Formats: sequence, C-alpha cells, structure tokens
Amino acid sequence: MASQTLYDKLWAAHLVKERDDGTALIYIDRQLVHEVTSPQAFEGLRLAGRQPWRVSANIATPDHNVPTVLAERSAGVSGIQDEISRIQVQTLDDNCDEFGITEFSINDERQGIVHVVGPEQGATLPGMTVVCGDSHTATHGALGALAHGIGTSEVEHVLATQCLIQKKSKNMLVRIDGKLGAGVTAKDVVLAVIGKIGTAGGTGYAIEFGGQVIRDMSMEGRMTICNMAIEAGARVGMVAVDETTINYVKGRPFAPNEQEWEQAVSYWQTLHSDPDAHFDAVVELDGSSIEPQVTWGTSPEMVAAVGAVVPAPNDFSDPVKRSACERALTYMGLSAGQAITDITLDRVFIGSCTNSRIEDLREAAAVVKGKKVAESLKEALVVPGSGLVKKQAEAEGLDKIFTEAGLQWREPGCSMCLAMNADKLGAGEHCASTSNRNFEGRQGFGGRTHLVSPAMAAAAAIAGHFVDVREWI
Amino acid sequence: MKAFTQLDGLAAPMDRANVDTDMIIPKQFLKSIKRSGFGPNLFDELRYLDEGRPGEDCSQRPINPEFPLNHARYQGASVLLARENFGCGSSREHAPWALEDYGFRCVIAPSFADIFFNNCFKNGILPIVLPADVVENLFSEMYSSEGYRLLVDLPAQTITTPAGDVINFDVDAFRKHCLINGLDDIGLTLQDADAIRDFEKNWQQKSPWLFREHRA
Repeated sequence: MASQTLYDKLWAAHLVKERDDGTALIYIDRQLVHEVTSPQAFEGLRLAGRQPWRVSANIATPDHNVPTVLAERSAGVSGIQDEISRIQVQTLDDNCDEFGITEFSINDERQGIVHVVGPEQGATLPGMTVVCGDSHTATHGALGALAHGIGTSEVEHVLATQCLIQKKSKNMLVRIDGKLGAGVTAKDVVLAVIGKIGTAGGTGYAIEFGGQVIRDMSMEGRMTICNMAIEAGARVGMVAVDETTINYVKGRPFAPNEQEWEQAVSYWQTLHSDPDAHFDAVVELDGSSIEPQVTWGTSPEMVAAVGAVVPAPNDFSDPVKRSACERALTYMGLSAGQAITDITLDRVFIGSCTNSRIEDLREAAAVVKGKKVAESLKEALVVPGSGLVKKQAEAEGLDKIFTEAGLQWREPGCSMCLAMNADKLGAGEHCASTSNRNFEGRQGFGGRTHLVSPAMAAAAAIAGHFVDVREWI
Repeated sequence: MKAFTQLDGLAAPMDRANVDTDMIIPKQFLKSIKRSGFGPNLFDELRYLDEGRPGEDCSQRPINPEFPLNHARYQGASVLLARENFGCGSSREHAPWALEDYGFRCVIAPSFADIFFNNCFKNGILPIVLPADVVENLFSEMYSSEGYRLLVDLPAQTITTPAGDVINFDVDAFRKHCLINGLDDIGLTLQDADAIRDFEKNWQQKSPWLFREHRA
C-alpha cells in the first residue's frame, strides 16, 4: 500500500462509502455535546421523529453558559441567574434525559469544558473520529484522533446517522524542531505558527504537528497546539501517537479495559505518518528561536514576540493586511511602535479549552507564587477546565497560591473566553487571556484581548503590564 | 431547508477581510434554543452603537450610521459581497441562521472559512468563491451604481451583472443538488443505512473498546 499520512489512515479507517460526486460518508466514533449548539439539533430529531443512531457514542456536559462563581453555582441549574442561560443549560439536561445520553451535569465533578473533559475521561481516544458543535474540537487530535468542529445541522446528522458527509482535506505538516527555551510553552508555539501561516493559512488542510518540540511535549501541551489549529484556518489538528499518548490514556474511565488494552495499543501504534508519506504543504519552524508571544490585534495572526513593538500599517505590503492593521490598532487603542511591554492591563483570564488543564495551572501558579497581583488590575480570574482539574489543583495547593496572590479561584467552565456567562470585559478594557480568540467583542462588548500563555498571563497579572516571563525564571 | 435555484438580488457590501462569526452574530445571542429570529442581531456590534441584549426590540436601538447595511440604498439586499476568509472562527450555525433570517441567500467572497462555508449549504444559503480580482470588480461596480443587482443562477452556475456580464462559478455537485432541491441530507444518508450498519459491525470487531457502554 502507498505511504499514508496519519490523516490518510484515520480517514481510510472510517470511510463508510465513497460517492460518485467526490463526497464520502465518514463514521463518527464520538460526539461531544454542549448546551449552545445542540438544542436545535435535538429539536430537529424530535420534529422528524428520529432517534439517535448509537446513543452511547454521545457524551454531554454544559460549559459555555455555566456561572463560575461558587455562590451562584452551588444551587445547580436552578441557581443560574441569567434566565436564558438557565433555560439553555436546562434544555441540555432535558434532552439528555429524553434521549438517554450520558451527561456530566453542572455540579458533577466530571463536568467541565468539553475539550478538557473528553480526554480526561478517556472518552476521546487515539484512532477515533471525534466531532462536537464547537470549532475547538481539533483539541482531541492531540491524541492521534481525527477531530473537528461541526455546525448544528451536522450535530443532528451525527445523532441521527452516526456519520458525516465529508470531502477529504489536503495534508499539511507543521514541523517544529529544536528545543523550546525556558519559559516558552505550547501556547507560544501555536501562536508563532499562526503568525507565520496566517489565520487562513490552514484552510482546506488537516494539519499534523510534528518535530522534536512536539515529541518532547506533554499531552496537555499538544492539546493546546491542536486546539488552535482552527485559528490557522484548519478544522483538523493532529499529533502522532507515541508513548506519551498511550501513557496518558491508560487507566482513564472510558479507556479500553485490561482485556482490550493490548489490542488497542497495537492498533494505536500504527497511528503515525509513514516516513515517506506525501504532504501537500510543509511548514517548518525552529523551536529554539520561538519567543513568548503576545497578540496585539483582533485576529490571532496579529501576534508578536513580547520584546517587539506594535507594528504600523505601513509595515504590511498587502493592502488587505494594512487596512486590517489600521482597524485593529484603532479598536485596540494601541499606537504603532508602542512596546508590547508597555501595554497596561485591566484584567487577566487564565482558563479556556486552550489553557485550563492542570499543567497550565501549575505553570501559572509557579509564576505568581509568593507575589501579589498589581493593584491597577480590576480582576484576575483562574478558571479550571473541569471539576477534576479543580480537584487536582486544590490537592496540590495551587488554589491557595492563586488566592494568596490575589487571583480569584473559580468553578469550571468556558467563562471569559467568550463571555456567555457573567465573566466579561468592559468596553476598552485590556485583558491578558490564555484563551484562543482576540476577535472584536469576543470577551465582552468593546473588550480588548491579548492572547498569551498561562505563564505570560500570570506574570502580566503581577506586573500589571506585559513582561517577558523568561526574566522571572 | 429552503430550495435555492435563481436569485435576482440587491447586493450589499461587507468590505473587510477575516469577518469572524463573533462579528456575524455575537455570543449573547447564542443562548437562544431556537434557530430563527437572529436577523435583527446580524452584525450587531457593527450595526448598532450600543451593546445588544437577547430578546430586546432592536427598532429602538441607536444605529451606526456609517455601517453600510444601515444605508437606504442597501435595504432589502439578499446578496452579500465580502472579502477574504469570510466566516472564520467558531462553528456556530447561528451565523448562517442570522444571515438567512436577515434576508441574505447568497454570499460572494474570494475565500471562506471551512466550517462556515459548509454550514451555509445546510441553511439554503449559497456561498460563492470567486477570484479576488473578480470580487474587487463587483465591489467597485456596486459602489458606483445604486440599486446594483446580481442574478445568481445555481443550476447554470452563473452570476449575471446589470451590464450583462456573465461570471461562472464552481459548486460541489452534491451540495448543488441538495440546495436546488431543498433536501435534508439526513434523509439521504439514511438511504445508506445498510452500508453504515455493515461498517459498524466490522469496525466493532476491530475496535471493540469503542463500543462499550458507559454510564455516568
């Protein structure tokens, strides 16, 4: 058989049927469901009188709308103050009850952001096809799965048929070799990749991330990188299976049991691109030259090293980029030539499906330990990605480190990443955020988001402005 | 789904690159559990001067006089001219729902984000990719002539300008078929139920761990 990429293998393994018109029917092993993009899909099933094809393939948890303040959270769904948020979370509970779908509901300790919960439970596994009505589903590709976001019509389609109608993407390899410097993390790597190929650079491709930097990286770091594939335009981000992957999966609640383990592992060990596999595009970065990154604009591609200055529109020869820069500087209230480290902050957010796993919290805690949040800051939030991450962090005493430094320790959820709950930016406020999108208004009407790593966000919380975290370690 | 065959529609501009789905429909409106009623909040943060709240009467809100869709000449538009990477960002289908509810049935741009592009076809909206210079030309013709309409013919895969110029476009055969006939693709997929069952049986033998029942 001809050499295959990881994506080619996963695609071929799930191909139900190729149609004459170039589309294909692809089998879906796992669907993750949350409250925002599923109500209309369940309603569609009801209207058509359809039942889920394979109920146990679906797992649900509410994340986007849930409050993160303990007082509001402790009363469960009925305690959610925002009425329409409450109805949406209640609707998820009702739909899961009606159709018999396993749900980690609001105050279950396994509840959390879908993209944290899936891998944590072993509910997303190497070799699976994974979908969710959320563009950050590429996160699960870190396990060597074929994972991508879908719209609500497709959520309904997967519920009803366990399949998706797809066209195969092209293959892109993003290879990051070398060794990351101290204080440089997965988030900096993926922001540097997006800065290099642009926010549409991966459109039409499935990206495989490889190279020494990725091989040396933890699963948490790989998830951070795959999570933001969509910010480079690619629906799919993936990493080959290796010992790190297999060790991560072992023993998780939904992972294969002892009888099935060896069989599963021997299959998973085939989940890598063949040495001479063909990629339609190859992008290379030198990991040792990547510096801590900070976004200055309103698209993730508008990113610079922390030691750099905010660019000027004339720095861009492409007229589209030039006018986008001009507009972004106006929205962000920044001037060309201003040092990134001179950007003062109003709020700091550590959380989101990009950076709310235990390793992210350890990284941030190490920076703030024994220090105090800048007085000029209005608020600094730490929002763990799941109830289990929260529990683990508390067992390690990270919550104390955060609260003693003046950061707030919250309940798990998506929180200020997209501000569907009460956690949001005010107009004009600058936020150092470990989330994934710096779009206009993303974190609140008129809010100004700067995407950074957890360590960089933590350092910014202490200083009140951006600092190069490498100087602190 | 509404069928799409021919559309003779007034064109309106969304003249910036990388229009993201947060811009098309901000997150506070995603709390709705319905799939209709998003039109008044399409491009909410650009269209109005205040912060929009779900369920409010938008006719009482201060509008942004600089935003083209608020201009008299573009009222009733059903064809949106857009720039590179339109619809980037989240997978929210609320974005095409909002466009459709507002009255847009066709979006023309040099490129689209993948998920948004796919979501359009599920909702009776035709997204058309044309070369950047052709889109640029449509923009300048539209700006220079009020009441600029485009005749979009999906079966023929053509766009005809007021001057009678005919532009051909590509569209995936399956998506074209579904759009012209207003077909629900779940019904089409279920015609292959036997193939799905066969695949599933075989896959379960190879990967039994994927089929174990778990209960919370």
